[in-house]
Amino acid sequence: MTPSTSSAITLNINGEKYLLPVDHRTTLLDALREHLDLTGSKKGCDQGQCGACTVLVDGRRALSCLQLAVAAEGRVITTIEGVADGDRLHPVQQAFLDLDGFQCGYCTPGQICSAIAVIEEHAAGWPSAATDDLRPDAGVPALGAEEIRERMSGNLCRCGAYVSIVQAVARAAEAAGSEDKEAVA
Amino acid sequence: MTTTTRGAAVTGAVGSAHTRVEGRDKVTGAARFSGEVPFAELTHGWLVLSTVARGRIRSVEDGPVLAMPGVLTVLHHENAPRVDIDYMGMLGRPNPILGIFQHDRVPFAGWPVALVVAETSEQAREAAEALVVRYDEEPHDVAFRAGRPDAYTPQDSPLVQAETEKGDLEAQLAASAVVLEAEYTTPEEHHNPMEPHAATARWEGGRLDVIDSNQGSTWVAGELAQLFSLDPASVRVRSEHVGGAFGSKGLSPHQVAAVMATTVLQRPVRVVLTRRQMFSLIGYRSPTAQRIRLGADADGRLRALDHQAQSLTSTVYEFVESSAVLGRVMYDADAHHTLHRLVRLDVPTPTWMRAPGEAPGSFALESALDELAEKCGMDPIALRVRNEPGTAPVSGLPFSSRNVLACYEEGARRFGWAGRDPRPGLRREGRWLLGTGMAAATYPSGVGPSTAAVTAEPDGTFTVRINAADVGTGARTAMALVAADALEVEADRVRVRIGDSDLGPAMIAGGSMGTRSWGWAVTIAANELRELLALGDGIPPEGITARSNTAEAIGALAQQERHSFGAQFAEVAVDEDTGEVRVRRLLGIFAAGTIVNPLTARSQLVGGMTWGLSMALHEEAVRDQASGGHVGADLVGYHYAAHADVPVIEADWVDDPVPGDPVGIKGIGEIGIVGVAAAIANAVWHATGVRHRNLPIRPDRVLRAADEARRRAAGGARGA
Amino acid sequence: MREFGYERAVDVAEAVALLGSDPEARFLGGGTNLVDLMKAGVERPALLVDVRELPLDQVDFTPGDGLRIGATVTNSDLAAHPDVRRHYPALAQAVLAGASGQLRNMATVGGNLLQRTRCGYFTDITKACNKRSPGSGCPAIDGEHHNHAILDASEHCIAVHASDMAVALAAFDAVISYRTADEPGESPITGFYPPVGDTPHIETTLPPGALITGVTLPPAPVAVHSRFRKVRERASYAFAIGSIAAALDVRDGVVRDVRLALGAVASKPWRARAAERALIGGPASAEAFATAAEAELAAAEALPENGYKVTLMRNLIVAVLTELTEEVSR
Repeated sequence: MTPSTSSAITLNINGEKYLLPVDHRTTLLDALREHLDLTGSKKGCDQGQCGACTVLVDGRRALSCLQLAVAAEGRVITTIEGVADGDRLHPVQQAFLDLDGFQCGYCTPGQICSAIAVIEEHAAGWPSAATDDLRPDAGVPALGAEEIRERMSGNLCRCGAYVSIVQAVARAAEAAGSEDKEAVA
Repeated sequence: MTTTTRGAAVTGAVGSAHTRVEGRDKVTGAARFSGEVPFAELTHGWLVLSTVARGRIRSVEDGPVLAMPGVLTVLHHENAPRVDIDYMGMLGRPNPILGIFQHDRVPFAGWPVALVVAETSEQAREAAEALVVRYDEEPHDVAFRAGRPDAYTPQDSPLVQAETEKGDLEAQLAASAVVLEAEYTTPEEHHNPMEPHAATARWEGGRLDVIDSNQGSTWVAGELAQLFSLDPASVRVRSEHVGGAFGSKGLSPHQVAAVMATTVLQRPVRVVLTRRQMFSLIGYRSPTAQRIRLGADADGRLRALDHQAQSLTSTVYEFVESSAVLGRVMYDADAHHTLHRLVRLDVPTPTWMRAPGEAPGSFALESALDELAEKCGMDPIALRVRNEPGTAPVSGLPFSSRNVLACYEEGARRFGWAGRDPRPGLRREGRWLLGTGMAAATYPSGVGPSTAAVTAEPDGTFTVRINAADVGTGARTAMALVAADALEVEADRVRVRIGDSDLGPAMIAGGSMGTRSWGWAVTIAANELRELLALGDGIPPEGITARSNTAEAIGALAQQERHSFGAQFAEVAVDEDTGEVRVRRLLGIFAAGTIVNPLTARSQLVGGMTWGLSMALHEEAVRDQASGGHVGADLVGYHYAAHADVPVIEADWVDDPVPGDPVGIKGIGEIGIVGVAAAIANAVWHATGVRHRNLPIRPDRVLRAADEARRRAAGGARGA
Repeated sequence: MREFGYERAVDVAEAVALLGSDPEARFLGGGTNLVDLMKAGVERPALLVDVRELPLDQVDFTPGDGLRIGATVTNSDLAAHPDVRRHYPALAQAVLAGASGQLRNMATVGGNLLQRTRCGYFTDITKACNKRSPGSGCPAIDGEHHNHAILDASEHCIAVHASDMAVALAAFDAVISYRTADEPGESPITGFYPPVGDTPHIETTLPPGALITGVTLPPAPVAVHSRFRKVRERASYAFAIGSIAAALDVRDGVVRDVRLALGAVASKPWRARAAERALIGGPASAEAFATAAEAELAAAEALPENGYKVTLMRNLIVAVLTELTEEVSR
């Protein structure tokens, strides 16, 4: 029996449900860009080698160019179009804007989605390759420049905006950290 | 009719930091790049590239592919519309690669042989992969190396003078107390903008409408009109947002293919290049092999400067990587010789890539200066100061302004250069050897004719129309600031429209000429509008518009050498056990005329310096000699710097007034990269005592060089 | 990319049965390597059996304090797991040194073990490659090979294994569990990747149709003092040109136990047993480490462009064992 090569699926994106037929070959990235007119996620390499297509899947950052759309059914997807709170930019978006954390803007949505996840991963205690002591009781060092650089390394930027991207992530992380403290207090 | 109400004159927009006017769209994903504009009935084209490096197409077996699901057409040399490539375009004769599908010859691996168009991109891709193309293969030659006997000196062109010569080189070398002779190589490098090239073409109301990503839509529209023998007024090219370009986004085969296909199908056609296809279709920086000879008196004064640079070009088109031009501006010598040589190979044609010429050329010359400083026992800055020319070394013309000494001084102060121990291999921190290095930088400040229109709207706002391209430079924002100051209003009252060939002709975003060229046109139009408004008449509903064209004013510019200058400083750490090199900090100080928007200018300069870091440590495309194509034509096989490679990079500038210049803006797109690779290589020498004359300075090369140095040292010790 | 069917399996038996239904079926885990290779035309499956939702996503202690890691545990969860970080720090380091945060969130342990080489000839279908297309030749031998194998390569293929995680697993004697349509089975990781010989296209000893269900790490007290170091041509987000996973136990200046595995030197993660034998019972000194490294690398065969790896691996062995000696004595 020849298996069917397409499926009707429902994707949950930015809180909306989208019902669409997909060719199984269609990646989540192409579904977003070519079928759902959500073109904020970018196609830089289409091979998992640049990070421009980064979105959040079930709250974790992932490369939508290597994620088949059909396999994304049932997952909660957030794209750059869904990270702001209405007209109020996400703190990471605002920091990128204020600190000029981009030039051409093509890698930017991926950098921002990645940065949002980096701040959460760090808050959850995940170590990185820049973390010297991995023992869980050693804790995870503060999200300084070196940690941010390592954790953001899957997002290439050819314009060379890395220096201000790192500043923007640090600023947003600081803001998120102080909000957490307020919440605790 | 509304009456204008004008408050006190406002200036000072230029020179103060402004975030990008399109910034919000770019951080929210709302900004649409060229492959992202939706069209009803859109079709998808996929290019098929040659798999042989030289030969003829025997057959394109399109029958089976035409029967595949969704496939609409297969265009190739036997059925494609004809185009004319015998014309003179805005920047010269067209690259014959634009004449796709016109004949059966294959001049290099990755030459376009067909376009498959289908209803969906998945169908087009699969059909393109399934298309069988048969070739009669011929032997190819892709071996670039120094001293090839078939190297030749190209003819002079308006863009590059092949050779300059003064004085008796051999005599001056013989009379020199210190002579440095060295060979340097730089590899094939690729632009790799984050946004792959993409174009959507359609016929709309009798006009050809192309949504593109380019550095100049006037340029691209003009070329398409010529190629397809169309009335220029019937071609519109728009390029609203450009995801990086760096010299690679002019006219390439994908736009031509899209226009051909939409003409055949009468439906919109989008052609997007894959990352792999970009390696053979959009140009690249030629590898270089450079030989430098310097002769100096004991006090470092140059008697002889000889810089000979060999690069490659294709068999179908000539492009010269002008690596030897740096010395024509930077350093004088009693005998002075610069020469470019070319080798024709079965490879794609190289093109401009960020700081063409100066980027690889500065690696060689500024490394050689460091080696000479070592031989003379001089500080590298002192050596450069000693050889600072009064007028341009080759042309003899005065400089419009030359503030490189201020760059050295400010850079040395900020970097902490004073008291540096020049001896190599002395500083260690854990497993890392530390070193510092510097280099000088320069890049021409050119200008091209542009037209602009500035309109006073009835609601008190202003609209600037200039066909600029914002390739990440912040061109929109810069033009708003320039117009605001000329109009004497707040910048937020100025809207800027760019990226549309219907706006009228303007210079491309290239060669560090965009902001200077467009800024001049906008200033003239805005000044005129301000004077019109000063007459006090009201503003009619259609607004009041003033227009400008800088062509005549450019022709009347005084003969001067116009360049930006800079000084680059680097600190590196080298692990000689593993070959890893890490850049710990970079500082660049520049003299680049008026800085329009310090926020975006700093980003652009730091971006250029980041390119320099990548060039020093990472970038190298590998050509497979057997197949003639690349190995690793992707972002795993071709590395450029990632976040973790890039430390704190500081860029700043010194005052650089340009007396008598009508604009004062010099352009900063390229100068950031110039000299950085040399500064890093010089720092690696300072850290380890090993000179790296071949880029990139990869771990394998560091390990090999360290092994050789150790062997030499051991041999030397035995000899003594 | 050719058209294909897609099925999502809910349990292991169903997954194995689905795979068995089509000779051109492949399991889909995180897809980070398979989907990429499908786009490149290297892989052309007719059916994908999605195994991401199988209940194999736990990390548990085994009796005696070893660890059992489910096949669908993501690389991120593995590296962040407190017990992995506490008992096998080199494994967490190896995983964190690989790929990027995004890829580690997607990639699974099972998929990581089966990832294919990044040799630029293998991933480009316009080039010859014995691994992809048996009998077509190996152009890397006379071509671009600066990141190719120095150990146990053959005249048919000199590609290196790309996984960092597998290097640490090899050092810790991991055992791979799998399930065929008929029965469960297991294989030590050191026997999982067969010699290249004249069959470079045969990359594992996994029986046809088998699904990797997990990896077991035997108890290894020595692993508490373990490290992974990776050298690459970028500071991050790049494949290794050389890597090492090492664990060391030293008492009174004498090596009591040592584990050593090398990456990016062979078609498999390279367990450095000759070096281990040379070290056990001897002094924990730089000289002894260098001697052990020489013992391991004596069999290395370099091509014109990859000889630096011999130097690199020798230096890495000495450097990392020296660091571990200092750590142990603290």
